[in-house]
Amino acid sequence: MPEAASARRPARAFAGAAAVAVALALLPILAGAMGDAWVRGLCFAALYVMLALGLNIVVGFAGLLDLGYIAFYAVGAYVYALLASPHLTEHFPALARAFPGGLHMPIWAVLPLGAGLAAAFGILLGAPVLKLRGDYLAIVTLGFGEIIRIFLNNLNAPLNFTNGPAGITLIEPVHIAGLDLSHSTTVLGLRVSSVLMYYYLLVALAVLAIVVCLRLQDSRLGRAWMAIREDEIAARTMGINVRNVKLLAFSLGASFGGIAGGMFAAFQGFVSPESFSLMESIIVLSMIVLGGLGHVPGVVLGAVMLAMLPEALRHTAVPVQQWLFGRVVIDAEVLRMLLYGLATVGIMLYRPRGLWPAPRHGVVAAVTPDRPAAAAGASHG
Amino acid sequence: MDTLLQQLLNGLVLGSLYALIALGYTMVYGVLNLINFAHGDVLMVGALAALSAIGYLHGAWPGLPGWSLLILGILAAIPVCVALSLLIERIAYRPLRHAPRLAPLITAIGVSILIQTFAMLVWGRNYLTFPQLLPEAPMHIGGATLTVTKAVVIVLAALIMAGLLWLVNRTRLGRAMRATAENPRVASLMGVSPDSVIAVTFAIGAALAAVAGVMIESTYSVAHFYMGFIPGLKAFTAAVLGGIGNIAGAMVGGIVLGLIESLGAGYIGDLTGGVFGSNYQDVFAFIVLCGVLILRPSGLLGERVADRA
Repeated sequence: MPEAASARRPARAFAGAAAVAVALALLPILAGAMGDAWVRGLCFAALYVMLALGLNIVVGFAGLLDLGYIAFYAVGAYVYALLASPHLTEHFPALARAFPGGLHMPIWAVLPLGAGLAAAFGILLGAPVLKLRGDYLAIVTLGFGEIIRIFLNNLNAPLNFTNGPAGITLIEPVHIAGLDLSHSTTVLGLRVSSVLMYYYLLVALAVLAIVVCLRLQDSRLGRAWMAIREDEIAARTMGINVRNVKLLAFSLGASFGGIAGGMFAAFQGFVSPESFSLMESIIVLSMIVLGGLGHVPGVVLGAVMLAMLPEALRHTAVPVQQWLFGRVVIDAEVLRMLLYGLATVGIMLYRPRGLWPAPRHGVVAAVTPDRPAAAAGASHG
Repeated sequence: MDTLLQQLLNGLVLGSLYALIALGYTMVYGVLNLINFAHGDVLMVGALAALSAIGYLHGAWPGLPGWSLLILGILAAIPVCVALSLLIERIAYRPLRHAPRLAPLITAIGVSILIQTFAMLVWGRNYLTFPQLLPEAPMHIGGATLTVTKAVVIVLAALIMAGLLWLVNRTRLGRAMRATAENPRVASLMGVSPDSVIAVTFAIGAALAAVAGVMIESTYSVAHFYMGFIPGLKAFTAAVLGGIGNIAGAMVGGIVLGLIESLGAGYIGDLTGGVFGSNYQDVFAFIVLCGVLILRPSGLLGERVADRA
């Protein structure tokens, strides 16, 4: 594994990390030259990296197919939206009296709260479905995601918690150490735009998520997840507490979604149930399937590719079609869904382990004369 | 009392539709142990194809009576759905028949996105109005009302289900299907071709979905490219409720789920003092689904299932 190899040579590892840091720091400046929309696209790519890594813990590491993952994103987003917008104080006079200056929770309080609440929802979902496997689990989690969305859509009466389909507006931007990320600032005579500051914050969080995932993967817990994924009964026999380990997968995965959701709310300044449809869950799932289920670098690759796709299509689909047909036959949004669908099916049929799959462990041991390579190759997909 | 009767009737209509769709899920699951995630989208394509066919026929022969247009619409939808379903089976599921379990499910999700996108390209993304083909005057039963369309739904579903039970339990083909569901390898030793049985199963499920799709759009008078998703999900719930893989179970599960939803939506407002309204109707299906899977994973009429997944 490359991570392990470089860890043995600290100098090289540091040089590599420094190179990546410089590249990530310079990237938005290059992208910014093509327009702020590209930097925004990069910000969303960082958010999707966090989401994909969180879902990868559940689906890729522990092998539990979760189709309602976006619900945790929604929980994080609404926690941030409610605690950092005038919505609650406007609709609950008692709360307005308690906080005469309005609710202005700092991000350091809101993000952990969102992550914690999302993790709690993860356990809430995980506990009853522990015994289910495979496709049953997929449908129940899908139902869970829909329930959350229906509640977000309808909890505006009789007490207005979520403001229903209209969503919550006027969400405060992130303030870090007196710095307001919604206004551009000047550092050493250089103008740093708002979206650029958000980019650095989101990328820092995404890198943190990557590091956490890599460390988790090689930890005792990560190995337990993979053992359960490969063979639950064997894992149980080896003394793994399957119930706790699965619940940890659900809650840790959910907390990634909660943090990403909080950042989404702060970045957008607006949340509505529309952003948390089943299609979003499926898009995040396609990201990890495309990149390589269970392999952190692959998942990051898949997330960045699919997240940047809409931006790339917006700039290429229209001119290319006008050049080819003289008019726009398929608009960019539809083309994006078409490509998602094709990618999901094509990858599963022709490259079932993803574009950048995990190196195979123990394949040699799995190939025995009466169970040849096909069985080993199909061990996890 | 009138509300109760009315909600029971509504539930029966809803339940008949769910049952028709659920049969498609349960039969495919029976022979392949696969959740055909794209089943709801097959239904949607059938419904939209019927709408186009009816529009064309009505334009060509304006004198045709409504009921004949409805029948012709269904007859047009069936081959479209069957062809689409066979194509999906051939391209997306057959190559993965021996792959790990998650693979075909993920492919099915991809296929579902593809079909929806194609439907959006062909029929546009707006809601289309389905014409009122049957007489609109409602019938009065007790204190409740029932439109002709809804009565047709109930009768048609009952006839189709009776026919299906006969097919599965009394014919050679039905025996081959049951044998394949039991054990495909042994069945193939007994001269049954699993590939063709699986294809027939997909075809029958698709034909039922076509009927259900046309009946859904004529009941609610609208059609659009996303109309298959929610009924598909509910019908899957119904199939699990009845015991997935079990044909009679899908019928019972469909009717029971329809009744639960309609009674729930009718009474939740009164029961909770107006805190929750009928806009929570969709939540019931999922709560029932979670409840069934936790308390009785094999469903109402099912045998052992929990460990198959």
